[in-house]
Amino acid sequence: MDKIPIIKMGDFLLVSIQVDMHDRLAMALQDDLTIRVAKERSKGVLIDISSLDVVDSFIGRMLDNIAAMTRALGTETVVVGMQPAVAITIVELGLSLENIYTALNVDKGMALLEARMQASVDANDD
Amino acid sequence: MTINILRSETIPLRTDEDVVRARRIVRDWTISMKFSLVDQTKLVTAVSELARNTVDHGGGGSALLEMLDDTIRRGIRLTFEDQGPGIPDIVLAMTDGYSSRGSLGLGLGGTKRLVNEFNLFSEPGKGTRVTIARWK
Repeated sequence: MDKIPIIKMGDFLLVSIQVDMHDRLAMALQDDLTIRVAKERSKGVLIDISSLDVVDSFIGRMLDNIAAMTRALGTETVVVGMQPAVAITIVELGLSLENIYTALNVDKGMALLEARMQASVDANDD
Repeated sequence: MTINILRSETIPLRTDEDVVRARRIVRDWTISMKFSLVDQTKLVTAVSELARNTVDHGGGGSALLEMLDDTIRRGIRLTFEDQGPGIPDIVLAMTDGYSSRGSLGLGLGGTKRLVNEFNLFSEPGKGTRVTIARWK
């Protein structure tokens, strides 16, 4: 598999990372997602990492970069489904995911994106 | 105390795919040795960091994987070796936040926290050897 599929759902883009990514695949996802956000004028990005049993510094940085890049385009990214063992490990590793919104699962992540989208619509109305 | 080596395997580390393969092999070993999920994740994450260093900084090399038994407990030891440029300042390289390649720079200091034993030997111009172990 040489590409992670990106699914458009309404105003959002959804990604579910189901494979153990090598570094080039992670970099390709970062670029593909950023380009798709601009092309589709997406209002939010949701990345499901519940199948990922390792998040090392490279993958962590990739997720953080995606959030920073999409934010630069006016779009928020939420990462959902992080396994507890992964959360414990990245904190011990010292990884700080500064740009990322996280949520426990897909439902909560979608709710968070919708709330962010509403907040930005309200702000633009003022 | 004597340490017996029950099993060993050498994993070549040349490409991105080799890093993925190293993660998978170590995961399989930790499962077969009944490591807890958190301990599995910590060791596999440490392996991922060091294997990537070997490929990206060391110009490729290998990892020797060993299953240890010291008669009381079992553990896994990994030795990552490359013949790359070496690390000129080890203290600096171990510092959180330091990176020679503009990455997050928590490869070594962070990795050390994920394992029980961590030894780094590097000679500029000759290469780097990192040995880690995690006991069950």
